[in-house]
Amino acid sequence: MEQQNELVLKVRNLRLYFNTHSGPVQAVDGVDFDLRKNEATVIIGESGCGKSSLAKAILRLLPRNAGTYDGEVWLHDKNIMKLDDESFRKEIRWKRISMVPQAAMNALNPVLKIGTQVAEPAMVHMNMNEEEATKAAVRMLEHVGVPVDFLHRYSFELSGGMRQRSALAMALVTLPDVVILDEPTSALDVLTQASIMNLMKRMKKELETSFILITHDIATSSELADNVAVMYAGQVVEVSDARRFFTKPLHPYSHALMASVPRLRETIEPEFITGQPPSLLNPPTGCRFKDRCPKRFEKCDEEPPTVLVDGDRKVKCWLYV
Amino acid sequence: MADELNQTAVVEAPTERKKLIEVNNLVKYFPVRSGLMRRVNAWVQAVDDVSFFINEGETLGLVGESGCGKTTVGRTILRLIPATSGEVVMNGKNIFDLNATELKKMRADMQIIFQDPYSSLDPRLPIGESISEGLRVHTNKSARERYDIVVEMLTRVGMRAEHARRYPHEFSGGQRQRIGIARALALKPKFIVCDEPVSALDVSIQAQVLNILHELQRDFGLTYLFIAHNLSVVEHFSERVGVMYLGKMMEMAPRDLLYSDPLHPYTQALMSAIPVPDPTAKRQRVILEGDVPSPLRPPSGCRFHTRCPIAFDRCSKEEPVLRDYGGGHYAACHWLEMGESGASKLTPENIAARKGRDIAQKVIR
Repeated sequence: MEQQNELVLKVRNLRLYFNTHSGPVQAVDGVDFDLRKNEATVIIGESGCGKSSLAKAILRLLPRNAGTYDGEVWLHDKNIMKLDDESFRKEIRWKRISMVPQAAMNALNPVLKIGTQVAEPAMVHMNMNEEEATKAAVRMLEHVGVPVDFLHRYSFELSGGMRQRSALAMALVTLPDVVILDEPTSALDVLTQASIMNLMKRMKKELETSFILITHDIATSSELADNVAVMYAGQVVEVSDARRFFTKPLHPYSHALMASVPRLRETIEPEFITGQPPSLLNPPTGCRFKDRCPKRFEKCDEEPPTVLVDGDRKVKCWLYV
Repeated sequence: MADELNQTAVVEAPTERKKLIEVNNLVKYFPVRSGLMRRVNAWVQAVDDVSFFINEGETLGLVGESGCGKTTVGRTILRLIPATSGEVVMNGKNIFDLNATELKKMRADMQIIFQDPYSSLDPRLPIGESISEGLRVHTNKSARERYDIVVEMLTRVGMRAEHARRYPHEFSGGQRQRIGIARALALKPKFIVCDEPVSALDVSIQAQVLNILHELQRDFGLTYLFIAHNLSVVEHFSERVGVMYLGKMMEMAPRDLLYSDPLHPYTQALMSAIPVPDPTAKRQRVILEGDVPSPLRPPSGCRFHTRCPIAFDRCSKEEPVLRDYGGGHYAACHWLEMGESGASKLTPENIAARKGRDIAQKVIR
């Protein structure tokens, strides 16, 4: 076993519910996972499983209807859930943990020049003056492969790939410990996707940043992943290192998910998962996947425990008890 | 029908099959208007001189990056948007020459399944109404008969009769896409354009929709034009595949030939960019620099020459012709025309020999 990197982020029992007219939506329900220095943890799941809410919960970017919000998020040796909103904003958000939001290419401000936008976090969060911040922005844009003369252009003048690179530069300009990438490549063409994934691999190598990659695209995620956490209906059902996960997933849901990916030059036809994920308004008791699970048995009506398998892999399923 | 289909899919050189649709020199330019007088001052060359045919009972896949014109091809074939020039022949008739009555008759045979299952169903119509709308327009069946067909179609796509009275918002994305399929099928068409039918769906249910499309093809002898950007999905679904780039057909071949031996450099780059869900896989990848040029001012000569790692001076001057390189494997590349085997391959040696070792190292990673 190689020596493990230092633990950067430790999430324990994180919960985020949203209040709606029909009751609380349990978007993130008791999530645990770890992130080590200079590594990438991929959060995989179908749409509506709560993966984007998890990102919001970690960064404390809560919508107005947020209800229950508790648990622990340890950044190094500090529980940042204990901080009040103002110090969270000043000390953590973007300075230590930043984010590339979903559809980041459309999230850029159309009336600000790219250079101004990339420099802004450095001015706000690092107390740099405009000159220093612009220098930092130029450095970071060069790093992610955006030509320097794009500094004075507007986002609509850039292609999708270049906008995605600029959004990444914006998240990296403060040199944070953790960057959360929410579906960073899902709206891009396959060629652009490949070059963005290559860029992120290079960033991981060159900077000492850790990444949380949130995606439904299993195939693409395997390129960056060191660890994998599979989310289903607001819960993490499996946590494993990438190598063992992609060759031998444990949870029946992970199995089904992997089998549904069409692969190139293979004769095995992709399969599908029958039914649809349960509503997070009133999630079923017991295992939440049981209604779609091919391996269901009596035990599954009770809440499954999280068990350790093969040493350090975690799976939330009665099959492994 | 089913047997015939399976056999021809296996046989290497397909025996003479009846062509259902023939597309000849299809061109579609969209005008760009600007200024006070809304004068046309530029043209988007969305589809430029594309020809192909689709055999009866066959699935032709059409792949390419966004903006390459693949959706425009699908829509002009159905005459949903008028073509600039060219012809589409179905049943011996050019559908661009048909008058309104003839076109209406022809339309019953041609249907489309849209990409976005969320916006392609009328939110204020119960889905049964949406499915039977075509029957109301094209046939004089009674309400009772129409309802029977709706139920039959819903069952075919794995849904239940009582769903007919519900509204689109009550269904999930996968269910809505199946409703879209039922709607396309209600008139028992011969030909269906599937425009990215699964790309808006979660990967876990994509296979379900594809299986339904497969079964329907087998049972009704349908012919599909399957438009998608995902090369792995197209591989599992099509018999022949065409690759488009900036409004041009770059390569077209039977599936197995295309995937085992892609000839055009663009196809090779596309294939090497496909992610594999295996972190232990070590493989070389061709990384193309830059973005797709604007279809307003497409590059001269071969449209791919601005990004092609093995382009040479002729590529920017002269447009390569789509030629058959054996077994129905068509490609348009000057390296192939010059006849050296393997010259169009994006190997490190080829790139190094033509552009230098530095470029080769940069492109292949």
